[in-house]
Amino acid sequence: MGLKDKLHKLKLKYKGKKMAPAFNAIHTFLYLPNETTHSGAHVRGADDLKRTMNTVIMALLPCLIFGMFNAGYQHHLAEGEIEAVANGFFSAGFWSIDNLVVGLWKVLPLVVISYGVGLGVEFLFAVIKGHEVEEGYLVTGMLVPLIVPIDTPLWMLAVAVIFGVVIGKEVFGGTGMNILNPALTIRAFLFFAYPTWMSGDKVWVHGAVERANEIAGGAQLDAISGETVLGSLAQGKEISYSVADMFLGFIPGSVGETSALLILLGGLFLIFTKIGSWRIMASAVLGALAMGLIFNGVVSAEWISEGSKFYSLMSTEFWHHLIIGGFAFGVVFMATDPVTASQTNKGKWIYGFLIGFISILIRVFNPAYPEGVMLAILLMNVFAPTIDHYVVQGNIKKRMKRLKLKTA
Amino acid sequence: MSKDIRIRKGLDIKLVGEAEKVTVNATTSNVYAIKPDDFHGIIPKVIAKQGTEVKAGEPLFHSKSNENMLFPSPVSGEILEIVRGAKRKILAFKILADKEQQYADFGAKDVNAMDGDAIKAHLLASGCWPFIKQRPYDVIANPDATPKAIFISGYTTAPLEADNDYVLTGKENELQVAVTALSKLTKGNVHVSVGKNGNSPLAGLNNISVHRVSGPHPAGNVSVQIAKIDPINKGEVVWTISPQDLLIIGELLLTGKFNAERTIALAGSSVKTPKYYRTKIGAEVASVVYNSGVIDEGNIRVISGNVLTGENVKPDGHLGYYNSSITVIPEGDDYEFFGWNKPVFNKISPSRALTFSWLFPNKKYDLNTNTNGEHRAFVVTGNYESVFPLDIYPLQLLKACAVNDLDAMEQLGMYEVAPEDFALTEFICVSKQPHQQIIREGLDLMLKEIG
Repeated sequence: MGLKDKLHKLKLKYKGKKMAPAFNAIHTFLYLPNETTHSGAHVRGADDLKRTMNTVIMALLPCLIFGMFNAGYQHHLAEGEIEAVANGFFSAGFWSIDNLVVGLWKVLPLVVISYGVGLGVEFLFAVIKGHEVEEGYLVTGMLVPLIVPIDTPLWMLAVAVIFGVVIGKEVFGGTGMNILNPALTIRAFLFFAYPTWMSGDKVWVHGAVERANEIAGGAQLDAISGETVLGSLAQGKEISYSVADMFLGFIPGSVGETSALLILLGGLFLIFTKIGSWRIMASAVLGALAMGLIFNGVVSAEWISEGSKFYSLMSTEFWHHLIIGGFAFGVVFMATDPVTASQTNKGKWIYGFLIGFISILIRVFNPAYPEGVMLAILLMNVFAPTIDHYVVQGNIKKRMKRLKLKTA
Repeated sequence: MSKDIRIRKGLDIKLVGEAEKVTVNATTSNVYAIKPDDFHGIIPKVIAKQGTEVKAGEPLFHSKSNENMLFPSPVSGEILEIVRGAKRKILAFKILADKEQQYADFGAKDVNAMDGDAIKAHLLASGCWPFIKQRPYDVIANPDATPKAIFISGYTTAPLEADNDYVLTGKENELQVAVTALSKLTKGNVHVSVGKNGNSPLAGLNNISVHRVSGPHPAGNVSVQIAKIDPINKGEVVWTISPQDLLIIGELLLTGKFNAERTIALAGSSVKTPKYYRTKIGAEVASVVYNSGVIDEGNIRVISGNVLTGENVKPDGHLGYYNSSITVIPEGDDYEFFGWNKPVFNKISPSRALTFSWLFPNKKYDLNTNTNGEHRAFVVTGNYESVFPLDIYPLQLLKACAVNDLDAMEQLGMYEVAPEDFALTEFICVSKQPHQQIIREGLDLMLKEIG
């Protein structure tokens, strides 16, 4: 009882002061506020924005934990210290303390920087503009470390987070007003501002960059290839990973994006809790499969020669696109962001389908960076209001028609 | 012409403290109050000054815009006080009731022999007109207009609201006279909706078309039924009236007396013995609430009406003009440790985000007035639609209202809605936005600008 009363007194003390939003953010984190209804319905449902966002974070946690183990696993594997695991998802070689230690050492700083810098900016804006600290960044801050390469320098991440939160969100008025998904804005900033770091085959496995520098300095060592599956395909190389590896996630890639299995579970959890839109997820998968089938068709019709640089990505079996790269992660956790997605149920079908469709299109045809889901989602973020406009126009037309029938 | 209406989208809010189907007479109130704010958009002009004696049915005030529209006293007595607020706005007429009630005599009428104009004039003169409301705008009907149809919802779905099937039983005569009178005011039909599985006395009346409705709340909202039966287009007007008000009109036509009697449900989890009470419009809520006894007296909210649309009247308040229930629930003025992320079993939620009301569809809940979160911008999409059966985009309409975009409001279907239709979206709103207030202000703006 003591803490509750003390905080209540502090809240009254801070009321109307400049620092009130900052204090309230911490207070409401500890306690559901004592606010009662003033107008309209006298009782309210149990859900608030914090609970909604918290549900998404719960869905993300398995990906984060897996990402930590995978970071260590890929590192040790590339260094030649361990053998590739072969016993499926519960291989002891994967879930080892050694792997976790590397993961904790590399991933936790990303999480800390993401939350620390991002929430810092949020608090600052809340205090300056005198509004409450909104919960949108709770999810963004968890997404960001999961969609960046493991060896992303922390200063780059910090710069990108500041850019993403300020330009991607706060200039529009904060959570609920933004046009682009803030997490993807951060990712896109990294990609366009530091392209030499963010693409290529060195940044995906911890240690690869360091090793390359040592070799360049004259050391007699084997280079580490930290190439992602998509990177290999884009260069027409054979991929050395089995479908099971790709589905379970034992592949290099951004921290949290590799395990299609855990993303699938997270997606099902979001659908079950009614927090994530199943329409967007389902239609995006359909869109990706459609594009994949088209490319497979192009290959089997022999419209493209084997020498073409697009050949190996195009000939990738259509459903493999769902489990490689960041597609699954993007569709489940980023395309479904309610603020930047289409807001109408019909619009969600169109929006999701186009995300899937365009993701695979960009993935195959982008020579610089063989991943399309980020750009596809950002593109559709921009078009979401247009889609909604036409869906709503349909409703308006129906009403006009009713009126005309009546007066005719 | 009878058809079944089945509503799928919606949410029944099941609460503890449903009124037992026993009716007792309430303790007679000493003071009755009529609040002009109950008549939305009406500016009152005083007729009965402080200190004058009125009989039941004699006017207290008329509308500034239409001096034929009279607002009657529910009881006979002396005008004790005209309570004024800021800018001398009239907040309430308080009437000290006589021990022996006297009724103004408006004369018994034979409705079958009357035409529409005569009925209209009679309803206006006797103060019964304010019971008739119109769509669009959800305000008291303009007597100069002719509605395309009149809608009466006899189906009760709002939480803990008085069950019309129960309170109307045995009143077939009054109801019949009233609907016959109403049927002469419109060129179209008088549409009456009753519960599909109920046995409403309304179903057996003549001069009406009956519709049988089923489904969760808001199936009982008249807007939902209008949309299914004969939707409102731009330029059209329909009238609505609630069943208990038909009784008052019916009795007036049969006996010539304005008898403001209501059978109200006293309900809610803070009431010890919830049941039905026979009382009058404007009565002190204390006269019924304390008869049944309340739990934890210092921590209650007394609502005239139901929990979704009623008004917070405080324990010393009065029964509102249009309300047929009084609900008493606990205030939620307290903090809850980690309330935003721990599993929730004792609150209703449309989601399953560690909220478990979906596991117990028939459980009755004891909700308090806590908002369960803070006000935020609109973030989540797609959840309002699941409880909103009208063919309208609720989020888009709310946003149009919030930015005063009259064109968009008109196009998106503002003529078809009333604030009460947004009570459920407000209930489930993750961002805790005041939907009903947004819609009310939007309707007021439209009424002012478009008329």
